[in-house]
Amino acid sequence: MSFATGFRHGVHPPEEKGLTSHLPIRRMPYPDELVLPLRQHAGKPAKLCVKVGDKVERGDKVGEADGFMSVPIHASAAGTVVDVDWWPHPDGSMAEAVRIKVDRYAPQVARPRMVPHWEGLTTEQVVKAVQDAGVVGLGGAAFPTHVKLAPPKDHPVHTLIINGAECEPYLTSDHRTMVEYPERVHFGIRVMMRAMGVQKCVIGVERNKPDAIAALERTAPTDLDVTILPLTVKYPQGAEKMLIHAVTGVEVPSGKLPVTVGVVVQNVGSVSAIAEVFETGLPLIERIVTVSGHGLRKPANLIVPVGTKLRDLLAYCDGVTPDAAEVIIGGPMMGQAVADLDAPVIKGTTGVVVIEKGETREAGVYPCIHCGRCLEACPVFLNPSLLGDLARVQRYEEMAEVHLADCMLCGSCAYVCPSNIPLSQLFQASKVALRRAQAAVA
Amino acid sequence: VSTDKLIVTASPHIRSLDSTPRIMWHVVASLVPVVLSAAFFFGVSALLQVVTAVAVALLTERATGKGGAIADGSATITGLLLGLSLPAGFPLWMTALGAAFAIVFGKQIWGGLGQNVFNPALVGRAFLQGAFPVAITTWPSVGGSFYTLRGDLFAIPFTHPLPNAVTSATPLGLLKFEGKGTALTDLVLGSTGGSLGETAALVILAGGAYLVWRGYLNWRIPASVIATVVALSAMLHFVDATKPDPMFMVFSGGLMLGAVYMATDMVTSPLTNLGKWAFGIGIGILVVVIRVWGGLPEGVMYAILFMNAFTPFINRATQPRVFGTPLRSAA
Repeated sequence: MSFATGFRHGVHPPEEKGLTSHLPIRRMPYPDELVLPLRQHAGKPAKLCVKVGDKVERGDKVGEADGFMSVPIHASAAGTVVDVDWWPHPDGSMAEAVRIKVDRYAPQVARPRMVPHWEGLTTEQVVKAVQDAGVVGLGGAAFPTHVKLAPPKDHPVHTLIINGAECEPYLTSDHRTMVEYPERVHFGIRVMMRAMGVQKCVIGVERNKPDAIAALERTAPTDLDVTILPLTVKYPQGAEKMLIHAVTGVEVPSGKLPVTVGVVVQNVGSVSAIAEVFETGLPLIERIVTVSGHGLRKPANLIVPVGTKLRDLLAYCDGVTPDAAEVIIGGPMMGQAVADLDAPVIKGTTGVVVIEKGETREAGVYPCIHCGRCLEACPVFLNPSLLGDLARVQRYEEMAEVHLADCMLCGSCAYVCPSNIPLSQLFQASKVALRRAQAAVA
Repeated sequence: VSTDKLIVTASPHIRSLDSTPRIMWHVVASLVPVVLSAAFFFGVSALLQVVTAVAVALLTERATGKGGAIADGSATITGLLLGLSLPAGFPLWMTALGAAFAIVFGKQIWGGLGQNVFNPALVGRAFLQGAFPVAITTWPSVGGSFYTLRGDLFAIPFTHPLPNAVTSATPLGLLKFEGKGTALTDLVLGSTGGSLGETAALVILAGGAYLVWRGYLNWRIPASVIATVVALSAMLHFVDATKPDPMFMVFSGGLMLGAVYMATDMVTSPLTNLGKWAFGIGIGILVVVIRVWGGLPEGVMYAILFMNAFTPFINRATQPRVFGTPLRSAA
């Protein structure tokens, strides 16, 4: 079996991308109110820098970066700060958030900003500009992008990999970005390669997006070593370690970061956000969101202001069908179901998927019959059957011995499990329990 | 948009269509032709055996298992396989006892579905073999009217069944104890003496092929069992022509039923593909060894039970290397 463009194992959930893959990106109008949680990224939350009653312009900071592993949060529309309080966060928790009443009569033109002439900038200045613009990974994890631009000195980076796999069912925001804004993707890549001093870039795109591959090929620069690599259509092709393996043939060692093998991975949406910083000077205040699912009346790919409440977003898509059962932030494989539609779209929100009653996992769970399907599905070659048995009796230490830490919670095992055992959930809970136990010892 | 009806579950929020009951009931459905072909050769007696075994297995499951456990289909499979592994003339009270034993001692005392080490149907059959060695080796001849009973099926419990039917030895017995061969066409078509499910090799293969196509049966186990038996017996036959030839070995006795339906029981066979090969090869070797050198004419049951015991060990030994770890650290 060839390792060149894919990986072994994995699953094939129904793609369901046809609902939105042909729909051009449209801009959603500003809602009446925006909610901006200060915690939207991996790392430290931003520090509040406005107070109730303040007027803000579109693009003004409402939260400052708190250290290097943090980014600022900006107002995505002009308006007035009406409240700073705890508010439902899309991850299910509560988070400190700035609520802004959008000024209906403001032109919503961003305050003129200096567009940095990127070619004259040093690496440090590029890193600073990207951090100031609040750019984070838009693939879902929301890891601060500027941190990836400044890899540790002891690990030279030889290849920049751009993740255009978009292997989650339903989601098409990266797909549409590549089809409609291929120049912007290439410009972002140019900035990153220059800043990092990397000579080689590979864009990995699943084969089910031929129009995206064609658009990227058409606009590819002639003066840079940028290759577009079609990848096997399989979940989770877009997982960082799977993608690196597909592109370079190298396995990232267990427990290590991609830089240890000289690679940095960046999502298509994130490079496009970097490009926007140096094209317009605008910080990351809006993002492309796929709103889809059979439970939604009018699926769409939308440019959504960060902070738009899910309620407003779904209403703009003509609401949900009577059989709608579950609203998922992100894709159905790794996404998070939300209970409260007041939670806002944040920087890491790749999509909002509404699924119907018949599509959800039913409640009944059968015992593990040791069929071995999960072993065939696990992209990192774990034994989910054994891990599941251990999790149920809370033998977390033994789980650690059989590589629980290598589980990336992709959900492939639980997807194929005929007994409907919630393996991902068990593993996530076990990871938390194990961390707590280890913290207690330390 | 109202939030009243929204549910919140953990990811993944979707799942493949295959469920455990669906797999089990497909296995049951694929066994129906095997039962019908047994009925073709042994008449109503075959149906009585199978129905008794299934009914008692279900009743026992109901009495000892958790609520709703009948719906998962596994007890039905146990009953079917036990019934098919018995001779047509076997007294039904013994069949019933075996079915109850299979469910209780083959499955429930281990903790129910998924927890048992040994194939429940074979545990039941091993018990019957030990308890009623004569009755279980009394093989009615094929043919005769559909409604003729092939033995003292309704014998009163704990009495000696009356020898009131035409019997004949099985091909393996004929070879072992009388040195007589059996025509290959008779073996393949199943018109020989033997247990119900020993007589329908082609029907069993077709059922297995259907399950493989649906993805409900791992082809590696039957393939490795059959390939091992063929290879090993071919070698023996080449060296010593009095030893049975490979085709005879494959199509006689319970090899097909065992290789396709019993060795492949997901609960009691290894998890890994590599392990499945090892498991099948082990069964193949044991079958040949028992049949050729052992005291019994048939060895499929003991071969599978023996390898069942090795399954946890095989699982541990064949664990794949975890992504991003060096070779051999993933034990």
